[in-house]
Amino acid sequence: MHKEPLALVPEILLLIGAVATLLTGSFLPRGRQWIARAAAGTMLAASLVAAALAAPGADRTVYAGTYALDGATDAARVIVPAAALSVLTLASGRVRGDRRETEFCVLVLLGSLGAVLLAGASDLLLLAVAYLLASIPLYALAGWGRDARGAEAALKLYLLGVLLGITMLLGTAVLYGLGGATDYAALAEGLSGAPRAALAVGTVALLAGPLFKAGAVPAHFWVPDAVSGATVPAAAFLTTVPKIGALVALYRVLTVLPEQVLEWRVLLAAVAVSTMTLGNLAAFAQTDPLRLLGYSTISQAGYLLMALAVAGRADALRSLLLYLAAYAVTNLGAFAVAAALPNLRTLAAYRGLGRHRPWLAAALTVCLLGLVGTPPTAVFMGKLTVFSATWDGGMAWLVAIAALNTLVSLFYYLRWIAPALSIHRPGPPPQGAGPPGGNGEQREVTAAAEPESWAAGTAVAAASATLVLGAGTGWVLGLLSDTLVR
Amino acid sequence: MLSLTVFLPLAAALVLSAWRGLSEPAVRWLWAGISGVEPALVAALWITYDGPGIGHETDRPWLPGAGAGYHIGVDGLSLPLLALTAVVFLACAVYSLRGRPAQRDLRRFAALFLALETTCLGLFAALDLILFFVFFDLSIVGMYLVIAGWGHGEQAARSALKFFLYTFVGSLALLLGFIGLYAASDPHTFDITELTADPPLQGSGAAGPLVLLAIAVGLAVKTPTFPFHTWLPPAHTDAPAAGSAVLAAILLKMGTYGFVRIAMPILPEAWRTYAMVFVVVGVVSALYGVLVALAQSSFKRMIAYTSVNHMGYVLLALGAAGLAAGTDEAARVTAVTGAVVQMVSHGLITGALFLLAGILMDRGGTYEMDAWGGLAGPMPRFAALTAVAAFAGLGLPGFSGFIAEFQIFAGSLGAVPVATALALLGILVTAGLFLWALHRLFLGVRREPKPVGADLRPAELLSVAPLLALSLLIGVLPRWLLDVIEPAARTVVDLVAR
Repeated sequence: MHKEPLALVPEILLLIGAVATLLTGSFLPRGRQWIARAAAGTMLAASLVAAALAAPGADRTVYAGTYALDGATDAARVIVPAAALSVLTLASGRVRGDRRETEFCVLVLLGSLGAVLLAGASDLLLLAVAYLLASIPLYALAGWGRDARGAEAALKLYLLGVLLGITMLLGTAVLYGLGGATDYAALAEGLSGAPRAALAVGTVALLAGPLFKAGAVPAHFWVPDAVSGATVPAAAFLTTVPKIGALVALYRVLTVLPEQVLEWRVLLAAVAVSTMTLGNLAAFAQTDPLRLLGYSTISQAGYLLMALAVAGRADALRSLLLYLAAYAVTNLGAFAVAAALPNLRTLAAYRGLGRHRPWLAAALTVCLLGLVGTPPTAVFMGKLTVFSATWDGGMAWLVAIAALNTLVSLFYYLRWIAPALSIHRPGPPPQGAGPPGGNGEQREVTAAAEPESWAAGTAVAAASATLVLGAGTGWVLGLLSDTLVR
Repeated sequence: MLSLTVFLPLAAALVLSAWRGLSEPAVRWLWAGISGVEPALVAALWITYDGPGIGHETDRPWLPGAGAGYHIGVDGLSLPLLALTAVVFLACAVYSLRGRPAQRDLRRFAALFLALETTCLGLFAALDLILFFVFFDLSIVGMYLVIAGWGHGEQAARSALKFFLYTFVGSLALLLGFIGLYAASDPHTFDITELTADPPLQGSGAAGPLVLLAIAVGLAVKTPTFPFHTWLPPAHTDAPAAGSAVLAAILLKMGTYGFVRIAMPILPEAWRTYAMVFVVVGVVSALYGVLVALAQSSFKRMIAYTSVNHMGYVLLALGAAGLAAGTDEAARVTAVTGAVVQMVSHGLITGALFLLAGILMDRGGTYEMDAWGGLAGPMPRFAALTAVAAFAGLGLPGFSGFIAEFQIFAGSLGAVPVATALALLGILVTAGLFLWALHRLFLGVRREPKPVGADLRPAELLSVAPLLALSLLIGVLPRWLLDVIEPAARTVVDLVAR
């Protein structure tokens, strides 16, 4: 029994932050709720710093082996608050002065805490609790806008989340019955002699929860509706932060399963293939940039799952964590562009963005090409390491399929980039880069609309960060650990 | 020093793109200045290079966890191409500065070109597969922006997209191949020198040919060879003149350079086994390219298709060098040397031809050869330069093209006599093709879509003439170039024969 309250300082800071933000917000007039938001941001930053300071500590489990403190948890503790901070920044314009400004921040903090706990859970029961903590605030977050679309998004998310949560609990119960324990260390031993069919049922049921959080097939139905129905900042959070916790949680669970009894690698590879393929194919026909991004996050989950198909092999965890960090920053950058221009609801409306808002257009291009996996962005490095690890793990065919999918994805990302960057327009010859205005420009007033400055700033910062992270991948890889503890 | 050479244009590009208030003359001077410094830097690298191994090497860990490093260096294969890149980009900078009609949005155009120059220089200097790939992909993005942003014609955006998609498909195949090499090497590495020294996938059954297939498809799309060439004519037709020049002169060489630098030395066994495939693809490209060129009515499309033809010769030579049996080493060295000289020669000549085509467009608004006639009267200097470029392009002795093609055919004849004889027919058609084009444009009754105005302006003359002068210099005094290339070609041949 290790009871070390100090070992959980980053998580505790998130919890205290949620409570403190809620209390602060309750006593503040509506016009001054930004103070609560600032408090939430401060606590996220504090949690991030605490995690960075705690990271060099020894890898160990605490609280009777239920919570692991290792490289994977350390990474999640840094990536999740950093992503949540970006969400708060890009949301500034949208939530400022809103009646529910504080609620938004509290829900983000609680959702982040849930994601971190998912990543660190080393016990099936803690995993279930973390799942609930990572899910329930998000139902509210999806409906935060309080409009019909938001309600639909929240309801869809809720129904699917509850269904799959119960399935997950069923899986937990089955595995407990087979293994005689819920903490992973004991479970790994207990399951080695389990009957194959029961183990398969239990595993599949258990995986339902994390796959839902990750937005992977077959639990992906909520993603496009939630993304297009919820407010843009909430959508950015929904598609980014839970994935981080869920994929690390999946990685941990998978390494517990006895490979000689159950061939879970093939199962995961199949899930990865169907997730990336379905996400990409469905993204083709989208004309709403947010729905397009929603399907894009599904396909990204597919690439991330590749690392899980070779879980436990050399470099798999490291590449997964790198890809998660890269995905988080790039995806948030793309959402930040959408948040900066909330009135542009079709891809065609982005026409002329490059002329009027060159920085925003550049950020969009970098982030979308980043999601394709174009060097030198961070996602390219993530894909490269994940592909290499997968090939090295004996699944070259999976890498080939993923490369084909990357190619397919290029089409729809370009459908967004092309209008945004189009310099040409029919009619009179352009007069160079003059300031916008004049009669000829009236038709493009949408793309020239004043962007939300905070979201635009976040977009540019995220695009720069994806380039910096890409260039500094070597350094980051050195920081990441490849060991898990149980 | 090499890193400075590679990244100096990028630094200038960043300054240009961030500094909004820069006046147009300042942009011109910065662009021309940096482009002028680059050839000097490459010349300094060339003079201080003491072969035959890798010189000016920098090897820093970059992604130690992933086995990739920041490893750059030069040898006899990369130096000529670095020099070519610097020279062609200088020509484009000079060409685009010719005053009226001013280049649209000059500041961003210049920034884009400088950034593109970095990707090209970086690719030819890269000694690490991932670094190579990064520059390879970035060059695609840069060229896409050039065509989509500054291309002419209603189809520009579509052509740019086609170019992007085709070459990006290729790059993904390339990446798959690279990951295959990485996974097969022990210890895992992306370093080209290490992979060359100890090639993985030797005697490994199907894996070697499959990886070679992936890499070859990737490079073949970029080269481009038949049947992967379909992106080339629209991209060339709709790109701005300087863009076409860079695309044909430099970007196409990334494919052929990749064959010499990566495919042949790292997969020697698979290369030898399937060398005949490359010979056949080369010959088909050479003949197909020239025959389709013959059918073109547009001057620019015609030049574009001759690129397919000239790159076909390169592939023929490289394939012949892989057929170890039935030929001596000297012949194979000659073939590889010829292939590298052809890359340089084609870059110079095609660069000049595309800039000349741009002038044609500039004056008359069309590339259609039927719209023109008797141009030699009003534009004698233009006619003279075009004639020189055309003669250089058809491989007349005295120009670099002759040196290159002579070596390619002399080196390949012993190994693949039938294929070489077929490819030789290509030269014949090329000669007819260029002469016919000259005839249609410059002789006969004077005909022009609109009054052409003045002959070449100084900036136009200064951009095209040096390229042709360099071609002439190589044609008359090839020794200085061959002395650098030959040892490196010998190394490649030895590596393939392993």
